[in-house]
Amino acid sequence: MMDITDLTIKDASSLLTSKEVKAEELAKAFLERTISLNKKLNSFITVTEDEALEQARKVDELIADKQPLSPLAGIPIGLKDLFSTKGTKTTAASKVLENYIPPYDATVVTKLRDANAVFIGKTNLDAFAHGSSGENSDFGHTRNPYDLERVPGGSSSGSATSVAASQVLAATATDTGGSIRLPASFCNLVGIKPTYGRVSRYGIIAMASSLDAIGHLTKTVYDNALMLNVTAGKDEMDATTSPNKPDDYVSEIEKGVDGVKIGLPKEYFKDLKGDVKDLIMKAVKKLESLGAKVEEISLPNTEYGIATYYIIQPSEVSSNLARYDGIRFGNRRTSFGAEAKRRIMLGTFTLSSGYYDAYYLKAMKVRRLMREDFTKSFHEVDVIIAPTSPTPPFKIGEKMSDPLSMYLSDIFTPTINLAGVPSLNVPCGFLDGLPMGMQIIGPDFSEKLLYQVGHAYEQETKWYEKKPKID
Amino acid sequence: MKINIKHVAQLANLKLTAEEEKTFEKQLGEVLEYVSQLDKVNTEKIEPIGHITGLENVGREDVAAPSLTQEDAIGQAAKIHNGFVAVDAIFDENDE
Repeated sequence: MMDITDLTIKDASSLLTSKEVKAEELAKAFLERTISLNKKLNSFITVTEDEALEQARKVDELIADKQPLSPLAGIPIGLKDLFSTKGTKTTAASKVLENYIPPYDATVVTKLRDANAVFIGKTNLDAFAHGSSGENSDFGHTRNPYDLERVPGGSSSGSATSVAASQVLAATATDTGGSIRLPASFCNLVGIKPTYGRVSRYGIIAMASSLDAIGHLTKTVYDNALMLNVTAGKDEMDATTSPNKPDDYVSEIEKGVDGVKIGLPKEYFKDLKGDVKDLIMKAVKKLESLGAKVEEISLPNTEYGIATYYIIQPSEVSSNLARYDGIRFGNRRTSFGAEAKRRIMLGTFTLSSGYYDAYYLKAMKVRRLMREDFTKSFHEVDVIIAPTSPTPPFKIGEKMSDPLSMYLSDIFTPTINLAGVPSLNVPCGFLDGLPMGMQIIGPDFSEKLLYQVGHAYEQETKWYEKKPKID
Repeated sequence: MKINIKHVAQLANLKLTAEEEKTFEKQLGEVLEYVSQLDKVNTEKIEPIGHITGLENVGREDVAAPSLTQEDAIGQAAKIHNGFVAVDAIFDENDE
């Protein structure tokens, strides 16, 4: 059998349809790797071996029967443990839900099942997706495959590590303030935070409902587009999903960037460290050499991003976590970890009588100004390029005792959730052997364009070929 | 800004230890101080953004569709009695 760490979804799919490899063999190889590396990486909370093999055998039958197949058929994937899976424990990495078995599937899970993807298991995360490092998991932190002493980024920590370590070929994830893009940047991966409402939130444990975006992590831009083709679309079960028909994100992915106008927001670059800035500017130059036009722009309300986010997000968290009463499902509220309690307290305060106008309402006004910053800019430029993280992955333990400094590690990402627009993290190189990414941001529902820009850059650089040394 | 931690914990239905109360009081104070920078933004004539999508009155036909069985719906409850979720009594037997 081939070296599975070299595979992408595209490669694996063609090996399956050309019958060079059986789906069951592929599933077994990935399961074996998942299980053997999990002690070291702690990327999975639950491994669903029996289900994976059953799904894979079904794909082999469909192939033998010459049935039409989705490009995700037989592809081993991980599901962030926030995604409800019927009959399989879904913990949100919290002791509150340590024994919770959902009676239904999230819409995205149903869509992936219908596409005959193979579910290897449920990936680790910061409990209830509260965190930027993966260290807030009640089931132990996850390690970064590129440096085991460092964090993989959060909150989709296990999803990022599992893809980077080739335990799976893709993993689902959620992004409320950077939880897909930051781990993608820290683990040399492609991560999409789609437009708010592009992908259904139904059945995914809610963090902050006006900000939550449902996406995924892959090694390549092409693979990422393939997966969005399956997950995007209107859902009767989520009234905030858009009625606009999703694009085919793959069909014109090789269109290139000739004439594409790229804006560089000066507020994102002004305090950026020299070596990080150099890396991103090198990527921008590469796109320029491929025909893109580059200009400086301004998003003047950027400096208020984190402050606005840390009012709106905990407010909505406190409301969403109010449902955990220990009566209908899950354990009692005493089982919440420190970070969940901290956010419930903060949000309960900012929503409480006498403070609502000063905090939540004020933040929702500033949020409108931020969205307007973006909509105005997109009259001038087609996409915006900005750093995803101000630093490469940090050391495990480095920021755990200081919540504010942890909150500030997400400095470049939450504003995009506040604006609701889509953003794609694409790897843009390494600093001292540690991965760095950049984000390509576009107007509402411009994911197709983001993939074209990301793909054009990736074809020139192929950072995904630089694999972590963990074996 | 000083938070009345005991009051907020009661609103949130959280039981905090004395040590947690102390830690949170300090940490939340720091976060509130940080977010107070929004006071600098003039929002006098700005409408709050209620919803980012612009969608309004999204509904569906009021037609019954397949849904969870009673057994599945209550299957995760801590205590079940005759097909109901059982909870501790909240009123005294002597209450009128």
